[in-house]
Amino acid sequence: MAGSPVTGFSPAAPLLDVKNLQVHFAVYGGRLRVLDGVNFSMRSGERVGLVGETGCGKTTMMKAILRVLPTPPAKIPAGEILFKGRDILKMRDHELRAVRGRGISMIFQDPTAALNPVFSIGEQVEAVIRYSTSPGKASSREETHQRAITALQEVALADPERLLRSYPIQLSGGMRQRVCIGMALSTRPEILIADEPGTSLDVTIQDQVLRLLRKLVEEKDTSVILITHTLGIVRETTDRVYVMYAGNIVESAPTARLFSQPLHPYTQGLISTVPRLTGGGIVSGIPGRIPDYLNPPSGCRFHPRCSQMMEICRTTKPPAFKMGDGHEVACFLYKDEAK
Amino acid sequence: MTTEILTATALKKYFVVGRTGWRDRQAVTVKAVDGISFTMYEGETLGLVGESGSGKSTVAYTTIGMYRPTSGSLKFRGQELFQNGGQRPMSLRKAIQIVFQDPGSSLNPRRNIKQILELPLQIHQPGKNRLEQIVHLLEVVDLPPEYMYKYPHMLSGGEKQIVAIARALATNPSLIILDEPTSALDVSVQAKTINLLLRLQKEFNLSYLFITHDLSLMRNVASRVAIMYLGKICEVAETAGFFQNPLHPYTQMLLSSIPVVSVEEEALKPKKVLSTGEIPSPVNIPSGCSFRTRCPFAMDLCSKIDPVMVDTGKGHSVRCHLVSQPAAA
Ligand SMILES: Nc1ncnc2c1ncn2[C@@H]1O[C@H](COP(=O)(O)OP(=O)(O)OP(=O)(O)O)[C@@H](O)[C@H]1O
Ligand SMILES: Nc1ncnc2c1ncn2[C@@H]1O[C@H](COP(=O)(O)OP(=O)(O)OP(=O)(O)O)[C@@H](O)[C@H]1O
Ligand code: SF4
Ligand SMILES: [Mg+2]
Ligand SMILES: [Mg+2]
Repeated sequence: MAGSPVTGFSPAAPLLDVKNLQVHFAVYGGRLRVLDGVNFSMRSGERVGLVGETGCGKTTMMKAILRVLPTPPAKIPAGEILFKGRDILKMRDHELRAVRGRGISMIFQDPTAALNPVFSIGEQVEAVIRYSTSPGKASSREETHQRAITALQEVALADPERLLRSYPIQLSGGMRQRVCIGMALSTRPEILIADEPGTSLDVTIQDQVLRLLRKLVEEKDTSVILITHTLGIVRETTDRVYVMYAGNIVESAPTARLFSQPLHPYTQGLISTVPRLTGGGIVSGIPGRIPDYLNPPSGCRFHPRCSQMMEICRTTKPPAFKMGDGHEVACFLYKDEAK
Repeated sequence: MTTEILTATALKKYFVVGRTGWRDRQAVTVKAVDGISFTMYEGETLGLVGESGSGKSTVAYTTIGMYRPTSGSLKFRGQELFQNGGQRPMSLRKAIQIVFQDPGSSLNPRRNIKQILELPLQIHQPGKNRLEQIVHLLEVVDLPPEYMYKYPHMLSGGEKQIVAIARALATNPSLIILDEPTSALDVSVQAKTINLLLRLQKEFNLSYLFITHDLSLMRNVASRVAIMYLGKICEVAETAGFFQNPLHPYTQMLLSSIPVVSVEEEALKPKKVLSTGEIPSPVNIPSGCSFRTRCPFAMDLCSKIDPVMVDTGKGHSVRCHLVSQPAAA
């Protein structure tokens, strides 16, 4: 099997299946036990949201999936990341290259940082396209250039020839964000990971960027993992949501259901603190803060902040209880209702 | 009860950012604040909303005296803040304080919290028992006294911002400018910080000039809202009226672009005024109404004449030809 795309992969199986993933970081004074057995899966064509407060491990999980975590300090003591049935963690370099090129592509949190200021837009877009082309099928310069032009046209950027010759500082924030999206999609990935796309932009420009993203993934049937702190964006853009707390997935459900019937006390707290356009003041939020990963709480990691904590929560880690209709929640309050 | 605390009249702040070509050497000017007028009343929260680069921080920095206005007037309780060149008297500098957007960079990393809070206390309330005052300040913002000996890097983003709020309170101000105080924070930390700010406002009868780009947040904290676009205010209204009946096309576009988390909010958004076009460069502002390049209702008139602010009643003012010259539409 010379690194060819996986044969015999069934379309009904998950496209990406993360099983019991643990990620630790070695630091002075011990080990940060950040990801604590994450389970996450998505089917082809699905748009999945990932939410949770700062430091809960969202970016760490994506970096593990792309295998770009620096090791050391990072260590993956357990877990599997199955992409089309094959474990990314066990792949050899050439297979990994194929996954990063045409399998999974990522738009990073900050478009200013993602684009290198000393290279022209053209040099950067063309480099991405060349990297993703399988060795042996190397395309001509002209072909690469044409694909770069198409990539910018697809994200509604006018005058792509001129833009390709420009440098990042000559573009507005909205244009830079669109270049990043165009670049990420130019390789025709099967999964697009978008980490806070456009959230540093004005809402009107952000809305334009997100509408474009939605249109493109629909046209190309791309699967998407969307990470953002703006819960409204998740509600308007995804089919299903995963909620992460301190390195654990605590709840997952179809998007509409998660927003109308959140079950986990953390999710309920998170959604209730979002300021509403309808007014009514600001709910005081969840007391306390995310735990120290050197000595994370025993049992349910949320228990020190939970208003409904029971004895068992202190001692035992809650499994994901299945509540029907694709709704799962890792909380002992639902132990008896689980199906 | 409606005493004016801050009054801006035709306030302008221009920055010269460079020169054109080699021969003509014309100044390139950013009209960061381009003739704005507004009034703030004692004890109220005026929300200042606008996209990045619209001039919100420039208004803030001018108010605290970091910038001198290019022209126009800015009065605090009837007293002109920029009298011919002189330094601002201490009493005024005490009265107007600011909390910056980025909690990290506004606190000196080499000083502990005690030293950070001591500085304004020394200047503004000399003589008293300093330690007692610091303990009291920390208590007011709900931080345990042992935080005194921590350094900024040991605090979370939210805690740093709370220290910045305590520092602003140290001089016993009556007006605090909050320049995006929570935009770097998580929603749950934001909620805690905002609730603290609202409690302090009641306790000390503070007036807030609250700058943000988050309209949902604004809805819940401001009594009145002013919307800025490219250095000008395009609409001012009481918060409730504003959300029910936004008049300016830019405001409608803003409101319809907000991502929301519930069906009830969805119903409140104006029927989709889809956002299009790029925000123009601030050195090259369109003629006439500066919003016309993105406005779905732009008419001939809009490219020729800059509309003036008109009062539509109930303290709701708007700067748009659709309102001031409806016949042209
Ligand atoms: N290279 C590293 N070394 C040590 N600790 C790390 C490293 N990378 C991440 N961490 C820690 O892992 C935790 C999770 O970080 P991560 O960036 O994944 O959070 P996040 O959910 O993406 O947060 P945000 O919403 O702020 O982007 C944090 O406590 C962080 O300090
Ligand atoms: N000291 C300065 N010198 C030159 N130009 C400046 C200066 N300060 C601000 N500007 C320019 O003035 C305009 C208004 O900037 P300002 O910081 O007031 O915007 P803002 O509304 O606070 O934006 P943001 O939401 O990004 O904080 C921008 O185009 C900015 O580049
Ligand atoms: S004045 Fe004209 S261009 Fe400006 S907002 Fe009103 S209708 Fe649009
Ligand atoms: Mg992150
Ligand atoms: Mg600003």
